Amino acid sequence: MSAVAESIPRPRSGLSKLISRHPTMLIGGLVLALIALLALFAPWVWTTDPIALNPVNRLKPISDQFWFGTDMYGRDVYTRTVYGARISLIVGISAAVLSIFLGLVIGLMAGYYRILDAILMRVMDGLMAIPGILLAIAMVSLAGASLSIVVLAITIPEIPRVVRLVRSVVLSVREEPYVEAAIAAGTPIYKVLIRHVLPNTIPPLIVQATYVCASAMLTEAILSFLGAGTPPEIPSWGNMMSEGRVYFTLAPWIIFFPGIFLALTVLGVNVLGDGLRDTLDPRIAKRMNA
Amino acid sequence: MFAYIIKRILATIPVMLVVALFVFLLLRLSPGDPAAVIAGDYASPDDIERIRTQLGLSDPIYIQFFRWCGQLLQGDLGISIFSNLPVSQLIAQRLEPTVALASVTLILTILIAVPLGTLAAWKANTWIDRSIMIFAVLGFSMPVFVFGYILIYGFSIQLGWLPVQGYTPLAEGVWPWLRNLILPSIALSAIYIALITRITRASVLEILDEDYIRTARAKGSTERKVLMVHALRNAAVPIVTVIGLGIALLIGGVVVTESVFNIPGVGRLVVDAILKRDYPIIQGLILAFSGVYILINLLIDLSYTLLDPRIRY
Amino acid sequence: MQTRTFVRGVLSAAILSAGLAGFSTASAETVLKVIPHADLKNIDPIWTTAYITRNHGYMVYDTLFAMDEKLQPQPQMVDTWTVSDDKLTYTFTLRDGLKWHDGTPVTAEDCVASLNRWGKRDGMGQKLMGVVDRLEPVDDKTFTLVLKETYGLVLESIGKISSNVPFMMPKRLADTDPFEQVPETIGSGPYIFVKDEWVPGSKTVYLKNADYVPRDEPSSAAAGGKRVFVDKVEWLYLPDSQTAINALINGEVDYYETPPPDLVPMLKSSPGIVVEVLDPLGSQGMLRLNHLQPPFDKPEARQAVLYAMDQLTYMQAAVGNPDFYTTCYSLYACGSPLETDAGYEPFKQRNLEKARELVKQAGYEGHKVIIMQPTDIPITNAASLVTAQNLREIGFDAELQAMDWSTLTSRRAKKDPVDQGGWNVFHTWWIGGDIANPVSHIGLSGGGDNAWFGWPNDPKLEEMRDAFAREIDPEKQKALATEIQLRALQVVTHGNFGTWFNPVAYRDNVKGLIKSPVQFFWNVEKQ
Repeated sequence: MSAVAESIPRPRSGLSKLISRHPTMLIGGLVLALIALLALFAPWVWTTDPIALNPVNRLKPISDQFWFGTDMYGRDVYTRTVYGARISLIVGISAAVLSIFLGLVIGLMAGYYRILDAILMRVMDGLMAIPGILLAIAMVSLAGASLSIVVLAITIPEIPRVVRLVRSVVLSVREEPYVEAAIAAGTPIYKVLIRHVLPNTIPPLIVQATYVCASAMLTEAILSFLGAGTPPEIPSWGNMMSEGRVYFTLAPWIIFFPGIFLALTVLGVNVLGDGLRDTLDPRIAKRMNA
Repeated sequence: MFAYIIKRILATIPVMLVVALFVFLLLRLSPGDPAAVIAGDYASPDDIERIRTQLGLSDPIYIQFFRWCGQLLQGDLGISIFSNLPVSQLIAQRLEPTVALASVTLILTILIAVPLGTLAAWKANTWIDRSIMIFAVLGFSMPVFVFGYILIYGFSIQLGWLPVQGYTPLAEGVWPWLRNLILPSIALSAIYIALITRITRASVLEILDEDYIRTARAKGSTERKVLMVHALRNAAVPIVTVIGLGIALLIGGVVVTESVFNIPGVGRLVVDAILKRDYPIIQGLILAFSGVYILINLLIDLSYTLLDPRIRY
Repeated sequence: MQTRTFVRGVLSAAILSAGLAGFSTASAETVLKVIPHADLKNIDPIWTTAYITRNHGYMVYDTLFAMDEKLQPQPQMVDTWTVSDDKLTYTFTLRDGLKWHDGTPVTAEDCVASLNRWGKRDGMGQKLMGVVDRLEPVDDKTFTLVLKETYGLVLESIGKISSNVPFMMPKRLADTDPFEQVPETIGSGPYIFVKDEWVPGSKTVYLKNADYVPRDEPSSAAAGGKRVFVDKVEWLYLPDSQTAINALINGEVDYYETPPPDLVPMLKSSPGIVVEVLDPLGSQGMLRLNHLQPPFDKPEARQAVLYAMDQLTYMQAAVGNPDFYTTCYSLYACGSPLETDAGYEPFKQRNLEKARELVKQAGYEGHKVIIMQPTDIPITNAASLVTAQNLREIGFDAELQAMDWSTLTSRRAKKDPVDQGGWNVFHTWWIGGDIANPVSHIGLSGGGDNAWFGWPNDPKLEEMRDAFAREIDPEKQKALATEIQLRALQVVTHGNFGTWFNPVAYRDNVKGLIKSPVQFFWNVEKQ
């Protein structure tokens, strides 16, 4: 027990150790922090109105006035890119939180109740067999474009993976002697789940959340790009790129800037996730204990 | 083992049923109305109602579902609302480009990712390993359409080496066919290569740690032999599993890639159909895509018995 | 700079592909390869109003009468016709030598059946059939149309140029339920549809109809002789404009129906490509308001919208290239005989003060104003953005709701309040031929629940339109049309957000393209 306690690093030394072991994680975290700050303070970072049309200034190239050029309606691409970060982060974080929460609930139930397990897992298998992007396009274009529908449509295909993860943790924890003892002692099942099972699911779920977040941001962009994403008036990166398609040879900046920002953000999240996995993954932890 | 195969095949039936029910409900509970689209600008509500009856859209939902399932069992995917042509014919017309794109991508991926992953594992924690892993994370993070546009901009527009978009049937010659597929399959394979490289590296690393590899090394086997004969062969199971799981990724990617590179394949058919609300095509295609996914994963499950002598049923 | 490197890239791509593909010119067959404006998804032009299906109809079918360049109906399949002195009985005799694609002759009975089917679906057709007493064949080549009362638009209706066009089909096909698609495509027009080679989403093929007997007159829009100079026409659908442009520059196709105006300079600078506007009337944008739901149930609120509109802003945002748009202060197509700017004076310049004042007068209570934004149609998509901005400037709480065009078409039929799935504003457009007179212009209807989506309720406007339909003197027709416009602007049936012209682009070896609001492929030569 004491060995485990010792191996939990104190914050500062842990962070510096982490950084020295994963220099890429530092870069990823910095990029992500910068983009998050831009998103948070979007109205105050030399931006203008992201949705005001000004057709006289349409398709202007990069200049002192328009850092990233303008689009076909004369809107400032820099401003829209900065505001687009908000949308991407909102979609990524909400999809991650929502799919983890729903997946946790379903997974705990499936792992604990044998009867539910059979039904829930068949439904999850079916859901997993439908290509996620198609399912999401269909849901958004059929239910109508709005930010919440997009989040939901991205979240649902992500749930089965979380469910499987949680269920496997539940199944392995159930076998542990102290859990069996607790059940034998008559502890109510919900208490067993909360006290013993839940803590074990947290580290892998945090790692999973970062991957869901990254993939949600990519999916949102793809949906918007295909014309089935967030409402087009909202300056999301996918929307900007979708609108810029026709003008690709004439005004490539409309596509490139949001594209680069999207790639950087997703990269930041992925690198962060990798770092977290290396520190939190139970297998690696086990090896370290051994 | 035979019993296992039968059991495994039977297990796909409830999964297909769930898919069918899900797809059906998704479409029928949505607000759009194909009858109104067909009726056009001048139609009165009565006209729209008549078209709806004609299309069988005004029957109760469960009757529509059973009717549809009955047709499916006879291999009938229905008739497109707009073109009045059988959905199976529409899919057949557009199968070639999609299969071509997916196969070239898959071959490209395996040719690049497996050696790269093995190399990374072999040189674990060196700068080679690090840079390969950085590329893998990059591949994960780059949206397929952004990568696609960068490729088009560089290779087609600036350099003029390859066509911007489109597809040439294989019947018109191998090179014209391949020319059109090079950029799309590179764009599409990026994320897939990233995935398989990481899995290969992890699997090979794990196996390099096992006792029998140590024994082989101790007995003086060359590094190459250790890597090729022992490690890679035993790492095959997780790699093949991930290739199977990645099929879903590939199918999703095909839809986007076909839109970016304007390839007249099944992926574009389904996007067009969704936007037009051509129910029979959407249902038929999502079902077909899911069927392919289930089938491939079934085959992969069954292939374990061949790949890994330790797995017995 | 951008353009030059692009062109260089495209040129080297062209050289490469020409060298590798080894272009075959062995056969003497001439094939005209066309990139149409849309994918041909269904093939019954009575069943749907889609413009692409209408164009398909013109390839395969023929019409009794057809509009010439001046939008006057001229006989096409009809040889001679007479009108009785009381203007109630029309007698039509068909030309000699008309044959269906299956070889059987065209009879008067076929034409009667075709007109009846059309009259059940088309708006103008329904109006005409409302005043028809009898429509019956006399002999194999003659039929009569007897009216209950005089009607000024008989020939304009059966010769209408745009959807739904009364195309003639054999009786056995014309007897198909008008709400079902015809099972076969058998026409008597200049081209034969090859159904086996039809790949929806990609390709449509037509062969020259060797048995077609054209009229002697030179072709003029849909009227005159339909002479065919190519053996085969192929429609190749390429949704991506960049691909389409490259295909045209590389010579893989001969004709591109809708190059985006912004990319036209790139085409113009390529050798061997001609860019031209073939539709002299262009298309007119329509901002449609819902008269049933607040705030636009009040005339003041509707007028405020007109005061806030500036056609130039709409056109800059939606079209961009000034070569291809113009302002047009008439509700009838500019350039058509009934064009007038009567009543438009106050709306030529934006007047935001007046608009805000009117919003106040209307007693606007802060209702959400829902604008339906069709994201798959670039022009109306842009117009929706401009309207949203205009409405916000004059104090409306405007909200854009994005959807695809097909959802829009079903949702605009809803009369419910906005919070129950209804709407306030949407945009669409009409080609010049659709809005050349107040009867064919269904946006001018004031028939309340029976009017076109938006449901303006103004019995007086409807009376004036009926009077126009009964009137047979062109002078009086013109005067009535002007009064109708004045009334419509008072009621604010809709707003006109500008007129634009769709350029077409083609290889310079293609000659003889017809000037018309609808694109036809007869009279075209490929040298």
